[in-house]
Amino acid sequence: MRGKHIAALRKAVQAGWGVLSNAYVTGFIKGTIYQGPLKNFCVPGMNCYSCPGALGSCPIGAMQSIFDARKRRFAFSVVGYLAAVGLLVGRFVCGWLCVFGLIQELLYKIPVPKLKIAEKPDRALRYVKYAVLLILVFALPFFWRDSLGIGEPFFCKFLCPVGTLEGGVPLVLLRQELRSAVGFLFRWKLILLILTVLASVFIHRPFCKYLCPLGAFYSLFQKISFLRLKLDGDRCVSCGKCEKSCPMEVHVKSDPNSAECIRCGACVRSCPAGALSFSGGAWSMKDPAGGLAKKK
Amino acid sequence: MKRKAKLALAALLLALAVASCLFGVSRGELKTVHRKASTVCLECIGIG
Ligand code: SF4
Repeated sequence: MRGKHIAALRKAVQAGWGVLSNAYVTGFIKGTIYQGPLKNFCVPGMNCYSCPGALGSCPIGAMQSIFDARKRRFAFSVVGYLAAVGLLVGRFVCGWLCVFGLIQELLYKIPVPKLKIAEKPDRALRYVKYAVLLILVFALPFFWRDSLGIGEPFFCKFLCPVGTLEGGVPLVLLRQELRSAVGFLFRWKLILLILTVLASVFIHRPFCKYLCPLGAFYSLFQKISFLRLKLDGDRCVSCGKCEKSCPMEVHVKSDPNSAECIRCGACVRSCPAGALSFSGGAWSMKDPAGGLAKKK
Repeated sequence: MKRKAKLALAALLLALAVASCLFGVSRGELKTVHRKASTVCLECIGIG
């Protein structure tokens, strides 16, 4: 029962945040985007700033736009902001505050037989997101320039399915002039989006596991972040229920603060011995629905 | 690494991250972000 409460709480936070951060209704009616002061700031999760409803900026897009500002400027503000978030909560944002993560989770609920990728290829594929971060978000937008000296946001332009889903599809549907400008690139990105959607029906959060540069960035801080998953070895009865419940296939017992953990809390609520808890600095939490408890 | 050492490292890096963020803001990076984010990004939507 309690476990259901945690799951419901997480879904409510995910959905509530999704609605709140995309609450510019006028955009969806008129096919425009919000241009107010909130766009100075980045949301912590993937959320395209060209989504008609988006009130904030996408951190991955913002980073590339600063790199691309002709003078090869490093994006100190965005990198510092993301590092601070990662140091505080690790990949909690992936599990609780990412709209695209929620969409993938909902797609995975479609009742069809699920695909289990063998451990070896799965672990190898998980490194792809670091290559995406390094090459498409950092290196190419920072170093590459065309003959006119103009750079490109490579990740946004060639890969990001979030931009296609949240920005491309609604804007192309709502605006005639954009519809007439559709070409190869849009079709390419649409194919990637369709593949991501299809994959999400069979694999839990495939984009987060294998491709997301933001998850890759946050995961760099997972081992030292203030928010941590703690395993009490004395209480653990080695039943393996935590690992069975983990949608990210983390080896909870041997590596509770794995780079892949999205802090969803499924393992905490599945543990019959209460051996798992979230902790951070001065507090710990046995069960996210059970409230905070002061550490002894 | 011991938990205390990890906490100290995290605190140090957090201070650096906040300083980096403030430095970026002080040299006008928010304006660049706002400019990009308040016009439809053709690359993001797959047109440009
Ligand atoms: S280790 Fe626990 S909190 Fe982390 S993703 Fe797996 S089930 Fe969720």
